[in-house]
Amino acid sequence: MNLAVRDIRHNAGRFAFTSVGIGLLLMIVMGMGGIYRGLIHEATLLVDRVGADLWIVQGSTRGPFAEVSRIPANLEDRVRAVPGVAEARRFVSHTIQREHNGRPLRMVVQGLSWPEDRGDWVPLVAGRPLRQAHYEMIADQSLKLPLGSRIRLGKDTYEVVGITRGMVGSGGDGLTFFTVGDAMAIQFDQPGEAVRLERAARRARVEGMDLGRLQPLLLERAAGLSSGIPAFAAPQVSAVLVTLQPGADEATVRRTLGTWPDITVYSTQEMKDLLLSGMVDKAKRQLGLFRALLIVISTIIIALIIYTLTLDKIRDIALLKLIGARNGVIGGLILQQALLMGAFGYGLAWWIGQYAFPNFPRLVLIEKEDLLSLAMIVVIISTLASLLGIWKAMRVEPNTVLSA
Amino acid sequence: MSTAPASITPAVEVTHLRKVYGSGHTEVIAMRDATLSILPGEIVGMFGPSGSGKSTLLTAMALINPPTSGQISIRGKPVMDGPLALVDLRAFRRQHLGFVFQKANLIPFLTALENVQIALEVNDTAPKLARKRAMELLDYLGIGARAHNLPVALSGGEQQRVAVARALANEPSLILADEPTAALDSKLGQQVMELFAKIAHERHAGVLVVTHDYRTLDIFDRILDVEDGMIQVRAKSQSPAASP
Repeated sequence: MNLAVRDIRHNAGRFAFTSVGIGLLLMIVMGMGGIYRGLIHEATLLVDRVGADLWIVQGSTRGPFAEVSRIPANLEDRVRAVPGVAEARRFVSHTIQREHNGRPLRMVVQGLSWPEDRGDWVPLVAGRPLRQAHYEMIADQSLKLPLGSRIRLGKDTYEVVGITRGMVGSGGDGLTFFTVGDAMAIQFDQPGEAVRLERAARRARVEGMDLGRLQPLLLERAAGLSSGIPAFAAPQVSAVLVTLQPGADEATVRRTLGTWPDITVYSTQEMKDLLLSGMVDKAKRQLGLFRALLIVISTIIIALIIYTLTLDKIRDIALLKLIGARNGVIGGLILQQALLMGAFGYGLAWWIGQYAFPNFPRLVLIEKEDLLSLAMIVVIISTLASLLGIWKAMRVEPNTVLSA
Repeated sequence: MSTAPASITPAVEVTHLRKVYGSGHTEVIAMRDATLSILPGEIVGMFGPSGSGKSTLLTAMALINPPTSGQISIRGKPVMDGPLALVDLRAFRRQHLGFVFQKANLIPFLTALENVQIALEVNDTAPKLARKRAMELLDYLGIGARAHNLPVALSGGEQQRVAVARALANEPSLILADEPTAALDSKLGQQVMELFAKIAHERHAGVLVVTHDYRTLDIFDRILDVEDGMIQVRAKSQSPAASP
């Protein structure tokens, strides 16, 4: 006869309320684990999906996800010439926040190396990849920009031609994909007045020089488009992505590239490690501490409730001892109740989480292994929580039933 | 004092039992020198004022309150020698003793049937058999129809019958009843006492009933008076008022 189940049935209300409380706490514990997993997933999503073998970034920097990385766009041509390299792409990534339809719109602007890369690798749930060099974009669903909608960024208007789902940056902002040219135009966009002032300043500087006074054409050039001035550096990109030829030795290519002092080369795994150690590590520790705290609180709550339920049963326990019940029967009653409470709370946490987590603003990713490890934790804390009640029950004298 | 005939093994035999609580100037002698035996099939009534030592003797015989000195044997097997337990007391209780109290003390989250069944299951009876035997006992005591009710849905008399059924479950050698009729009206009290007599005679269990209910004197085969930690055997015809 299972005494634990019968006692729970008798105290169904109290058991249910307590289990709901435990369930909500466990749901938070589960959710925090899911948030951590989500952070990792989101942080490494782009690196995983973009399909590069090597990342070339500014020398002595840790790449565009950790700090500012600026390398000349034409670096990709140098890289293409390295033996073993199949393809080199410019990579531009930066986060912007604009206002759209009266609400703030924060997005990661991602440049695709047009025309080689049109975003065919981007997982679309609607629409199509980019088909023209300018004024088209692919946006993530989280940005709430419907297919066909048009958005003004800088001096140009872009049409949403493709929609992705779950493509977000390490900060949780939705990804948008443009051609590299458009991405850079958005990045370096300056108000017209600022451009005019800059041109005027250039003209004034050239006028102050002998060469400017002797060569009137130079004055015209200085006051014209920046791109028309040969002395000005070409626009810079964040990184160059390298795809190796099939069978090419990565180490050999890295050795060759490693001799270039102006760049640093990372493998995809190294880039992911940099991302995780730099951005996610603190969040992991923070969430881990909260999880530990909540687990301790859950343990204490289960222990107190089990202890209270045990106190309510002191006479019954004394009677069981009087009629000769073994300690195992009495301990088992208490332990099973604690385990049932933990199991019920865990099940409830999982069930509520199914509905609650998808509505969270950041991805909450619940992995099977996390569910299993939490289940193990629940078994352990339930067992620990029952010890107080078992200790009390073991101290009950059978003659308590006579004296009461 | 009362001793058993040499040819029959007593259900219980208590020899020179002494129980002292506290020590030094706080010492209280609850039982001075008690010797008694109860034969199988015998129902013995124990009377005495509050504080006379009845409960001390009962709990000592129930193996939950070790005596300071003296011996207790059950079915001829020595189980206590002074405070020293000679057997696994808990195991011995579940195999040889049955208890009925002033209150039925049923486990509130178990039905009448389960309250009896649990006593069998803790004594290693298979659940199916335990259930069958528990049902037979409830039928025997006339409350089979109430088997699936929780204690809260039973009357005082019904609860006490369930408690008796639980006490009988493992066919004990000795049933100890502590004022089992105190919470019942006189009619129900009489019924319960008749039930004890029936159990003693039909099932050959020794039954010791601690009671204040003088209306039930006729039920007992023997009557013991306890006063100041001493036991006196009373003639059956002697009324309590007339006893010394």
